[in-house]
Amino acid sequence: MQGKLSIIVVESDRDRALRIVDSLRETGDSDIHIISDPTGLARQIKMRDPDIVLIDVANPSRDMLEELALASGPRDRPVAMFVDRSEVGLSTAAVEAGLSAYVVDGLQPQRIKPVLEAAIARFRMFQRMRKELAETKRALEERKVIDRAKGLIMKARNVSEDEAYAILRKAAMDQGKRVADVAEALVTAAALLS
Amino acid sequence: MRVTSLNVGFMPLVDAAPLIMAQEMGFAGDEGLSLDLERAPSWSALRDMLSFGQLDAAHMLSPVPVAAALRLGGNGVALAAVSVLSVNGNVIGVNQELTERLKSEGHDFAFSDAHAAGQALIKAMDRELRLGVPFPFSMHAELVLYWLSALGLTAPDKVKIRTVPPPLMAGALKNGEIDAFCVGEPWGSRAVELGVGSLLLPGKAIWAFAPEKVLATRQNWANDHEDLCHRLIRAVWRASHWLADPVSRTLTAEVLARPHYLDVPAELIDRALTGQMVIGGTGEIREVPRFVEFHAGAANFPWRSQAEWIGRQLASRNGFDLDVAGQIASTVFRSDLYRAALGPTAADLPGASSKVEGSLSHDSAVASARGQLILPPDAFFDGLIFEPIAH
Repeated sequence: MQGKLSIIVVESDRDRALRIVDSLRETGDSDIHIISDPTGLARQIKMRDPDIVLIDVANPSRDMLEELALASGPRDRPVAMFVDRSEVGLSTAAVEAGLSAYVVDGLQPQRIKPVLEAAIARFRMFQRMRKELAETKRALEERKVIDRAKGLIMKARNVSEDEAYAILRKAAMDQGKRVADVAEALVTAAALLS
Repeated sequence: MRVTSLNVGFMPLVDAAPLIMAQEMGFAGDEGLSLDLERAPSWSALRDMLSFGQLDAAHMLSPVPVAAALRLGGNGVALAAVSVLSVNGNVIGVNQELTERLKSEGHDFAFSDAHAAGQALIKAMDRELRLGVPFPFSMHAELVLYWLSALGLTAPDKVKIRTVPPPLMAGALKNGEIDAFCVGEPWGSRAVELGVGSLLLPGKAIWAFAPEKVLATRQNWANDHEDLCHRLIRAVWRASHWLADPVSRTLTAEVLARPHYLDVPAELIDRALTGQMVIGGTGEIREVPRFVEFHAGAANFPWRSQAEWIGRQLASRNGFDLDVAGQIASTVFRSDLYRAALGPTAADLPGASSKVEGSLSHDSAVASARGQLILPPDAFFDGLIFEPIAH
């Protein structure tokens, strides 16, 4: 099987999709198609008959692709499977980077490898960004809860903000818990009692 | 005691309860374990994270490890079912159009008779039936294919089985991508709540004792970390024992409802736990005793005959040799590890590791280590008696 590789990228975020396409273009001349709407995903992919399908591990629609794994017979491409069995290291790297890749059985490893490596590098970056975003969000949420807990303590015990925080921190240390968890317990309890 | 952390994955479903409650109620802690529970976005992602070592153990559809052993789908990594997490617990539902048609043709929605419901459904269809299941390798797919083909509605000519992840099932029904579904709770009840469909049957009406989810590990991991694996089996067994007490239901529903677990209202989770199923938009309730069974009747025992039944079903659809596939499948359910883990405890273990499936129509006493084991009914709706070859 020679000629252009046909690659499908399943990604609903336009910006992310374009970045993936950019990095794939650098690996050689291939025919890249983006699917942004997962409705009837298996059917869409079957119609395009690609060599490689790339999809975010976090995408719940991925299970729809598993149907293709059951397609049998040489004409029912893609005989989808999770990366090439001979490249276990590559599979692990892909999973860790948050990427799922389906590759048509029989496609030569030397053609798969550069594409996957480029995609893995890109997904690693996405995953880092996602993690940072999640942590920023969590920190923000926790700050809000701690502020509310401080407010409750200030009102109930008639103390300053700094003193209220000190009380929270001491309670957390005594119980071996995080300040945010103690704050949340307090806010929940206060909501029940009011 | 030094605490060992294990990475354990789950899908947001009511039957993830044994793993979640093992951690939340301290049963894992009692065994010196801390379960880092990670919610997976899809079954395929969960299987791959387990296969490639990001997870030590996972909540898994019972046919997935069997399919992996038969080299169907997946990635060639051998998986083991070290205990059964739940028996039954699925629902079959239909869209509003089919609901109306079934009602107008006089179907009573009794929610118990698989013959009557299946025949009514076949009569109501004037074209092929598109039915959503969560995964190609699932008890959902097995039950639905078994049920409909026994009644003459064969796949793939008259039934198209479509894969739709559980949380997206109600949406797919609403958008007309599927006409009907078979899914685990709370996602069937979710479709009822959103007014896009009604429930036609519980999965147990097709097979009264179908192993639904298993505790899966890599075969290698189970063999190389015997002690850890035994502790994990025991922790989850104790959580299951606790779950079997009706008193535990309220707390379980509250904990599962949390945003990082199922993220749906506790009221929706209650239905499966209590067996009080709301089947349609007008709020009719059908009571299903043992809608989902976490413990009673040796529910946690990984019977080799269950794996063999699954293996033969998969083999017959894929043109494999049935005996060979049945033999391979039976080695996937690790009753040996389960026995070794629970032998020293109060658990009553059956004398055999394989049983005739489908032969019990009422509670029956069977030979066991302590002589107190009662197996509940396990009949197939069409009266099939499955004799395993494995022992």
